[in-house]
Amino acid sequence: MSNSNNYDAIVIGGGHNGLVNAAYLAKSGLKTLVLERRHLVGGAAITEELIPGFKFTTFSYAISLMRPDIVQDLRLADHGMMVLPLVNTFQPGLNGDYLLLGADADANFHEIARHSREDAESIRDLSHLIDRVCFALKPLMDNIPPNAMSDEPVELAAMAGLKEYMAGLEPDVRTMIDKFVNCSAAEILEEYFESDLVKALIASSGIIGSKVGPRSKGSGLVWLFHKMGEYDGIFGEWGFHKGGNGGFTEVLAKAVMSFGGTILTDADVETVIYKNSVATGVRLASGDEYFAPTVVSALDPRRTFTQLVSSDDLPDSLIEAIGKYKFQGTAAKVNFALSDLPNFPGLENRKDIYMGFTNLGPSIDYLEEAFADCEAGRYSKKPFLDCCVQSTIDPDMTPPGKHIMSCFVMYAPYHLSESDWDTERENLGDVVQATIEEFFPGFGSLILHREIVTPLDIERIVGLTEGNIFAGELFADQMFLNRPAPGWNQYRTPIAGYYQCGSGTHPGGCVIGGPGKLAAQQILGDLKHEEG
Amino acid sequence: MPKTTAFHPRLEPLNETKVWKNWSGFLIAPQFKYSLTNEYYAIRSSVSLLDTSPLFKYRISGSDSIRLLERIMSRDINRCRTGSAQYTVWSDEKGFVLQDGVILRTDDFEFFLTAGEPTLRYFKAIAKEMKLEEVSVKDVSEAYGILALQGPHAHSVISQLTQDATDLKYFDLTHANICETEVIISRTGYTGDLGYEIWIPNENALTVWDALMAAGEGYNIAPIGTTALKMARVEAGLLLMGVDFDSSRFAWVDAQRETAIELGWSWMFRNLEKDDRDFIGRAAIEAEIKNKTSRWKTVGLEIDWHSYEAVHLDAGILPPKSDLYHETTMSIYRRSETPWDYAGYATSFLFSSLLRKPIAIAKLPLDLTDAGTEVDLEIPVIRKPVNVLANVSSLPFFVPERKTATMGGGK
Ligand SMILES: Cc1cc2nc3c(=O)[nH]c(=O)nc-3n(C[C@H](O)[C@H](O)[C@H](O)COP(=O)(O)OP(=O)(O)OC[C@H]3O[C@@H](n4cnc5c(N)ncnc54)[C@H](O)[C@@H]3O)c2cc1C
Repeated sequence: MSNSNNYDAIVIGGGHNGLVNAAYLAKSGLKTLVLERRHLVGGAAITEELIPGFKFTTFSYAISLMRPDIVQDLRLADHGMMVLPLVNTFQPGLNGDYLLLGADADANFHEIARHSREDAESIRDLSHLIDRVCFALKPLMDNIPPNAMSDEPVELAAMAGLKEYMAGLEPDVRTMIDKFVNCSAAEILEEYFESDLVKALIASSGIIGSKVGPRSKGSGLVWLFHKMGEYDGIFGEWGFHKGGNGGFTEVLAKAVMSFGGTILTDADVETVIYKNSVATGVRLASGDEYFAPTVVSALDPRRTFTQLVSSDDLPDSLIEAIGKYKFQGTAAKVNFALSDLPNFPGLENRKDIYMGFTNLGPSIDYLEEAFADCEAGRYSKKPFLDCCVQSTIDPDMTPPGKHIMSCFVMYAPYHLSESDWDTERENLGDVVQATIEEFFPGFGSLILHREIVTPLDIERIVGLTEGNIFAGELFADQMFLNRPAPGWNQYRTPIAGYYQCGSGTHPGGCVIGGPGKLAAQQILGDLKHEEG
Repeated sequence: MPKTTAFHPRLEPLNETKVWKNWSGFLIAPQFKYSLTNEYYAIRSSVSLLDTSPLFKYRISGSDSIRLLERIMSRDINRCRTGSAQYTVWSDEKGFVLQDGVILRTDDFEFFLTAGEPTLRYFKAIAKEMKLEEVSVKDVSEAYGILALQGPHAHSVISQLTQDATDLKYFDLTHANICETEVIISRTGYTGDLGYEIWIPNENALTVWDALMAAGEGYNIAPIGTTALKMARVEAGLLLMGVDFDSSRFAWVDAQRETAIELGWSWMFRNLEKDDRDFIGRAAIEAEIKNKTSRWKTVGLEIDWHSYEAVHLDAGILPPKSDLYHETTMSIYRRSETPWDYAGYATSFLFSSLLRKPIAIAKLPLDLTDAGTEVDLEIPVIRKPVNVLANVSSLPFFVPERKTATMGGGK
């Protein structure tokens, strides 16, 4: 093998976490190679021009959680990172009613007060409390979690430190964290609100990408997770990256290369090469081999532990944990190219209402009914849709005057009880279209092109097992100390030199970068330790 | 009651906040939308339209106009070709800046100048003192409205209305016809982005406004107020009179006055020895250059992100960032053994959403002005003064290629 196949570090998978990881490793001076199976990097965060001039965010479409320290460390602003803030959130009802919330707290007060004056006041208290919760948990998001299974003095000290930190939080913050972990989103919301539109709008954050309804335990934590992001220092605010989330991963690729890293596309890694539990490189499906003492899997835990290496070589407890680890994807996408903006009766010709999230799911009951279908192994007859007409904010997404509408669809369970996704693909598109039509009469006549992405497509194209958008459910028993498995939550694996950095590691899914960064921190620490 | 500009009938319904401020006696919107940041991004991501009509506007013409401007302007007017514009300053005898402005040379002996403060009488007085007969200085402030069309899609918009702007090089200008209205278009702006400024006779102001807004519809054109403009100009390293410096004209003492060199404009005098203009302030400026007597220099300041985070997080609060732009003076200290060792001050402060860090425009003694020099910037954290680390940088902070690009593709 020629020297040109020798590297200091190889990252498997050019999703955003792989790219972040590689950028950190390259920045620290390691000769780093990223191997991406597809013809483009980005993984679940890509933008594709499916018809001329129309840019589709095939999968991931909005950004918030990207850790601010990574943006600084990797100088992403210099490489063109540009996140455009969302202007409004629109929650239409089916009876002409709606909620339209924007950037002004006072205007929002009066808008919510149309539905309930008490809710208008409650939202301030709740938002402030959630801000304080996010603030308290921020250090946990941005650092390598302790290892609860270890007897090492440092880890015992870290666990003790964590307990002390949590105990030191103000009581109302601590209580609220407990509620998020132990209660459903609906339970928490009932305490604060009476208006169904308000409750449903907030509750929808608690079901995104997860097999939970708003009344299921678990929706509290998913909701909190989606609040942990920031826009210009404001928790829970989202934006659209210029050129879609694919625009963001292009920026990351530039950062990797600016630090001297190499990215190879069309490079499908078949296996990690290791001997006596020491990793030495990877072999591609093509037979090509690349060597490095550090190999990082940016794929999900099932692939990391049972496909890239042989489970026979790993401890049973780990393989058992990975076997139990829940993927169970429940989300799909239907994206539309539109000849014009949809019309909402009563708010005709209002472009501004689409400048942000348009949330189709007007009541908790509506969301619960959608979930009931999922529980029965069917996609929702009336799905919850998170729609984004990104072209109202970023004109470069479409030809002038035309629009692109990304719709995130809940629920679309990976396992269908009575059919399969190849059969149901177009039917899913029709259901979504019919749902939108109910809110926006005449929608169908605007459609120039429709792209349907089922959970099976997510799995096939991106490689996310069972199409779970977060590389594994964001459930309490799969987070933090347990992501992806107790004792294996610090980015190492039982194979020396083999690491994990995908969304299946702490802090978890979303375009967040934390897994990539923290894994790099661990790797660089280990390398330093070896040298010293 | 403040006056309104010729565009007001269109601006009024577009102002979602209904807040107006007084700019030189005219009603102008500080912002149109509730979200300043969103408004700002029209400048960097799509295209924005701004009414700058309250600026004072002068037409200077006649065969002696060059002689007058050679005398008044500190920067050489002969370097401003017919068909181009020039950013310039005028100073007093002691070399202190009276004003800055952009001058357009529309013909060999015809100039249009914009200024923040009135300067008609002053210019006329100089002409008289010089005994110039063939020059006319006219205040045309209320004859024209000016619109700034700024942002990456500025050319996509203007090219739908006229082809004449397409080949303009940075700081070139042209006469053009938009909707049967004679306008002057210059490839200039105050945002550091791709853009045009358009002089429109007041009587046709609304026609041209409507045409631009219609042409911009598909590019998400947005009217912007003065605050978004100011946020962009900080990134572009452009100074604002009344904020980053004051006119010498109404100062009491020299400590309030600044020279062009102290303001960072020494590049205006790069070829000083090659011209023999007897301009006002020349001797003082030459002496300042020769004897290196500048008291300070105007520089950029990049506030260290980690330090800015830490001082707030340690206090238990989130660092303020969103929609954060202000013009209050902030003290800067040397990082030395002596605590609070005063060095200078910052005048404009912005949390740049685009650059993802706080930045500022600052005045520092010469030994602290090299890029990379570390200083402390005092900020209030829960109302107490706290120092954050900042690095001196050159201005501007942000220079996209499109800022100076020629859209026709020519060089
Ligand atoms: C439909 C959908 C919508 C979403 N919406 C949002 C959203 O709006 N906002 C948000 O923040 N998050 C969203 N998410 C979640 C977020 O996009 C993901 O959590 C995140 O992008 C995952 O990044 P990653 O780098 O960990 O993994 P991935 O993006 O899955 O990257 C893994 C990469 O590895 C490559 N790969 C796989 N196998 C191999 C192999 N054998 N050899 C080489 N390469 C391989 C894949 O091609 C892929 O590029 C969404 C996800 C989906 C699927």
